[in-house]
Amino acid sequence: MTTPAPAATAAVAAKRGLGAAFIFKKALISALVALVLFSLMIGVRTEAGPEGQLIYWTRFGDLGAMVATVFFGSIAIELLRQWWGPIETVRVIPPRVTSSLALARRAIAPILLIFTFLVPVIFYDQRYILDLGILVLTYVMLGWGLNVVVGLAGLLDLGYVAFYAVGAYSYALLATNFDLSFWVCLPLAGILAAFWGVLLGFPVLRLRGDYLAIVTLAFGEIIRLVIINWQSLTGGPNGISGIPRPSLFGIPLSNTDDGLAALLGIEYSPTHRIVFLFYLILALALLTNWVTIRLRRLPIGRAWEALREDEVACRALGINTTTTKLTAFATGAMFGGFAGAFFATRQGFISPESFTFQESALVLAIVVLGGMGSQLGVALAALAMIGGFELFRGLDQYRMLVFGVAMVLLMIWRPRGLIGHRAPTVFLEHSQTISSDLVKEGR
Amino acid sequence: MSAAPLLAIKGLRASYGKIEALKGVDLDIKPGEIVALIGANGAGKSTLMMTIFGKPRARAGSIEFDGTDITEVPTHQIARLRIAQAPEGRRIFPRMSVAENLQMGADATDSTEAERSTSLERVFKLFPRLQERLTQRGGTLSGGEQQMLAIGRALMSRPRLLLLDEPSLGLAPLIARQIFEAIRTLNKQDGLTVLIVEQNANHALRLAHRGYVMVNGLITLSGSGSELLQRPEIRSAYLEGGRGG
Repeated sequence: MTTPAPAATAAVAAKRGLGAAFIFKKALISALVALVLFSLMIGVRTEAGPEGQLIYWTRFGDLGAMVATVFFGSIAIELLRQWWGPIETVRVIPPRVTSSLALARRAIAPILLIFTFLVPVIFYDQRYILDLGILVLTYVMLGWGLNVVVGLAGLLDLGYVAFYAVGAYSYALLATNFDLSFWVCLPLAGILAAFWGVLLGFPVLRLRGDYLAIVTLAFGEIIRLVIINWQSLTGGPNGISGIPRPSLFGIPLSNTDDGLAALLGIEYSPTHRIVFLFYLILALALLTNWVTIRLRRLPIGRAWEALREDEVACRALGINTTTTKLTAFATGAMFGGFAGAFFATRQGFISPESFTFQESALVLAIVVLGGMGSQLGVALAALAMIGGFELFRGLDQYRMLVFGVAMVLLMIWRPRGLIGHRAPTVFLEHSQTISSDLVKEGR
Repeated sequence: MSAAPLLAIKGLRASYGKIEALKGVDLDIKPGEIVALIGANGAGKSTLMMTIFGKPRARAGSIEFDGTDITEVPTHQIARLRIAQAPEGRRIFPRMSVAENLQMGADATDSTEAERSTSLERVFKLFPRLQERLTQRGGTLSGGEQQMLAIGRALMSRPRLLLLDEPSLGLAPLIARQIFEAIRTLNKQDGLTVLIVEQNANHALRLAHRGYVMVNGLITLSGSGSELLQRPEIRSAYLEGGRGG
């Protein structure tokens, strides 16, 4: 982005109305809206009395507090917005700060990765943090998987949880019925999910945008309903329990004579399994990331992104949009299936309740918040969403409120997601890069 | 020029729903020719371009490319026969870099690494601006540069026939002239066969060896470029005042 002249910045500021009168007026309007909205919702409290009659009492104090909050909140937000500026305004930042920020941005991924590797070492005694880490990593993996479909290929998929469910049930059924080990079931779960991805892909090939979203949403619900109602196979709402735990290539992580602890001659601890699960999901997530990064540099990955940009142009360039879309669906679904299998083996018990639309929405929110197509952004968003959820647990019923506010703020200041830019994947050897400001316009 | 035509279109009809856009078009292009197709808005020029690529499908008639019938061939396979298109409105990939846009042109055709880099060098020689902007996102280019990119992307597939749909659309006259100059160079140096659809009849007919005039889904006139330029009905309809001048 080019830095506009100070005069231009001032003009933008003037257009957006810096004046105190403007801020005051805006706050007043907001307060008025709040008053109308809350007067009945908060101002009057109704309840059924002991004999079923209506009793009510007024809470004008609460109402007043609410309206005042909105009034001063509006002023605060407006001031904050003018200080920070939305995306189109450029604050004058000294170049030293920008360069160190750029350095920090480049360092954040490796630092995050190293830290993640060390989490089980640092927090070995804190089961809660380890469990949370596993949860976050599961969502990182789901986010990266969905990122292939939504971020790269631009196909809005609201039913991603279907593939998560297919993966989980594949593993659970194969392991409980046929006694297959986790490492045999994992690829099978992935393949089955990919198969369902292709199956979903076929009817939606012609759809885009909203229409695609609706059909995928329905698909997610169909899978869930089938799982609930096909009692003989899936156990219906009771779910499947007693799903075998994963082993370290055949060595169980249990307190038995042939367990890992006994073999290594160390004392058994249930934490061993948690740590193992942590590294397992980390490895799966990194596999997802690695495959995605590799694919992006191949013609197929490029075709996905081109498909997101312009389908007609793609076809004119000789790209088979049918297979391109199907591979995107299949790849995304496969990673969802892997994550599902992991989920099943970690929980030991699965039921349809774990695969509701809420999960799809959460994963999609992670992808969108992270910045569509950005791997690091998705990881950060998963950390913020899942970690944030836990962090705000202390706030009890205000948790969702805080969360909503955080989301709104993010949308104001970073409308393209946490990391909105995408790194190019083609580097030509004999390219001579000339900074854009050295090239004269209209030569 | 009695060589067999590279592209032969016979009695081509196509429609959007009930509206017939092409009502029996005959047109051929011989190897090494630049052919201009001119006509007013809604005459069916762009439809003809798109029907060659199978979208919309021809209702009747035939399209032959180098002796094989491609009327029913799927769109993406037509492109793999090395017929390239710089579509109307450029349609570059805005969030992808210039280098990635160019690579996309070569991806679907089975080009070797060596062929890719030769194509790339050809594009850079023709449009040095693109080389300067390789790492920039396509969407940040100026209109003229985007048109260069669209043509460059089409050239990456080493086309035997290049279809250009309104390459001068929305460009400053100076830039438009640069684009036309580049097309002339391509034709002269590499013998590239070009079909160019234009509203800018003056430019297009000057550039082309032969021209066709299209009115309401029918070819009404054809002849050499200079011949058409002299015709009084062309002059009055397309060159002096009025539309598309």
